Amino acid sequence: MKKGWKETPIRGIILEAGSAHGYSTGGWRKLQPTLDRAKCIDCMFCWVYCPDSAVIVENGKMVGFDLEHCKGCGICAMECPDKVKAITMVLEEEEKEAK
Amino acid sequence: MADYIEIRWHGRAQQGIVTAAKVLAEAALSEGKYVQAFPEFGPERMGAPVRAFNRISSEPIRLHGQVANPSIVLIADPTLIGTVDLAEGTSDDAVFIVNTPKPPDEMRKKLSLNKKAKVFTLDASAISIECIGRHIPNTPMLGALAKATGVIQVNAVINDFRENYSKKYSQKVIEGNLSAIRKGFEEVKEG
Amino acid sequence: MAVETKHKCNVGLTGNSAVAYAMKQINPDVVAAYPITPSTTVMEEFSSYVADGAVDTELVTVESEHSAMSACIGAAAAGARVMTATSSQGLALMWEMLYIAAGMRLPIVMACVNRALSAPLNIHCDHSDSMGARDSGWIQLYSETVQEAYDNIIQAVRIAEHEDVLLPVMVCLDGFITSHSIENLCLIDNDKVKGFVGEYKPNQPSLLDVEHPATYGAVALPDSYIEARRQQSEAMKLAKDVITDVGKAFEKVSGRSYGLMEKYRMDDAEVAMVILSSAAGTSKVAVDEMRKRGAKAGLIKPRVFRPFPYLEIGEALKNIKAVAVLDRADSYSSFGGPLFTEIRSGLYEFDKRPKIIGRVFGLGGRDYGVHDALAVFEELLRIKDTGKVDKLFDYITVRE
Repeated sequence: MKKGWKETPIRGIILEAGSAHGYSTGGWRKLQPTLDRAKCIDCMFCWVYCPDSAVIVENGKMVGFDLEHCKGCGICAMECPDKVKAITMVLEEEEKEAK
Repeated sequence: MADYIEIRWHGRAQQGIVTAAKVLAEAALSEGKYVQAFPEFGPERMGAPVRAFNRISSEPIRLHGQVANPSIVLIADPTLIGTVDLAEGTSDDAVFIVNTPKPPDEMRKKLSLNKKAKVFTLDASAISIECIGRHIPNTPMLGALAKATGVIQVNAVINDFRENYSKKYSQKVIEGNLSAIRKGFEEVKEG
Repeated sequence: MAVETKHKCNVGLTGNSAVAYAMKQINPDVVAAYPITPSTTVMEEFSSYVADGAVDTELVTVESEHSAMSACIGAAAAGARVMTATSSQGLALMWEMLYIAAGMRLPIVMACVNRALSAPLNIHCDHSDSMGARDSGWIQLYSETVQEAYDNIIQAVRIAEHEDVLLPVMVCLDGFITSHSIENLCLIDNDKVKGFVGEYKPNQPSLLDVEHPATYGAVALPDSYIEARRQQSEAMKLAKDVITDVGKAFEKVSGRSYGLMEKYRMDDAEVAMVILSSAAGTSKVAVDEMRKRGAKAGLIKPRVFRPFPYLEIGEALKNIKAVAVLDRADSYSSFGGPLFTEIRSGLYEFDKRPKIIGRVFGLGGRDYGVHDALAVFEELLRIKDTGKVDKLFDYITVRE
């Protein structure tokens, strides 16, 4: 049960910082990005352009996607340099079946 | 019904009648009276006919709204005669104080007033040019008002002006206006 | 003109000067404003206090009233005590921001110097501007005199900031009639005003409170919007008692008492008028005259229009035989002005209730005199005697 009007903070204020993190936008996804690690040159274009901060980088290396928040917009695949093209967008179901 | 005096000022914009009504209110207030002073706002262009009003009473004034039946009318500019209905709403025995070098009788005729009306004149323009160096006839009119009606003591006007306007104007302007008030008081003629 | 006087309890000031002086004494953190007739001199004089260093206020001059209210909202959300002033078209341009100020529960205090709305263009007094904003969620106080305008501004700060309320307050005074008229008033000592309004401590994290981050103005979807509005409605309900309590506290510092309304010669009244602001003063003169003529006339002047004191006014009117509600604004319901419909609706709670008529008067500064009020009372006496209402709703002070 959600809180009633007497319990919720007044003025529609949100008292928790970064609460958007708790909002799972991954469910909006129809196309899913897939990474070909062998082709990736770690230029970080995808990381810069991703509107949902859903590109995961560890120790300077691009390692994959945060699928809880990736909306499948495909900007990463688009921005991946033409000579590289390490990211491909695939249909969500196909990806699931492949696994 | 009313236990208060209503006053109407006529002039042209920039002749200082709004300030005159304000000074009169402040002076009466310093004598322990209840006061109102308010202008009538219209086209505020230099030379346009303007009016300002006072109510003065020994009781708190509840009434808000235009002064319709003044017992005292001050005319700061004689060229308004014929342009504006200066006697509008006045009773037969109202007091008129006119800024003009001409005698009161002539003004009575020009204003088409009956014999009961009390008409006073003074050359407030000449006094203001002599004392202040500018054509702002408002302060001599205040002096004349004190002499003609007793609605205010001339010293109350003088003290208020000195007290409240010293910050705003130079000492020279203050002194000029104070002598203009005195001259207005001395020179006003009844007819 | 700014005043510094020895005789503080008997000064002559215009309504706008008195409001500016109250603002000076309150010394708000932020004032954002855009000038508009007839409220202009409030900001003109307040800005001279800022320039003279008489206040610590950050004065934000903006390019429109919409921006003025936006700046007020931003500053208030950042935890500042905020004030502004406007009139007429200026208030109209603030419209969407008024709702945001109320919805975000920001205790902004605004002087609304009442002026007619265009068209036709008019700079003079009526209540179309503030009445149009009556459903924006602002508390509204109406002032009869310069003294009341001054006193209401000071009380508004405490009402707005009370933790049960946290709503913006609009203090209304009549354009020109009160705003530009010099009247006697008694100012309160600076220390007393300072003590009365106290220091503003927001009870929730503000935007500048980096230890407690908070998001203001976030989207609220259908799963949470109505809860926020329900809280706002409750705050307005609670405001009624807060306004009464603040009025009592104010009496202790000033000697002047304020409640939800003023009742004038109502004890044994048979006919009564309900009317707001400066015209109530003129109408009281008419009440006295009616009493002299032997008629049992009385008057109610609501001070608080939002929240509307339905039951209190209904209680005061239920035993009256005939009541006239005078509105200085039309609601264009074709049924009556805003005050009329509120009062008529409030009386529905009572089994015994008076005959009632609504009259719109004084739009665009049309003069309302004692003779106008007397004519209304004469009509009420006819209604009392015959029990018949000829015209439920009509205009007066209009050329037929």
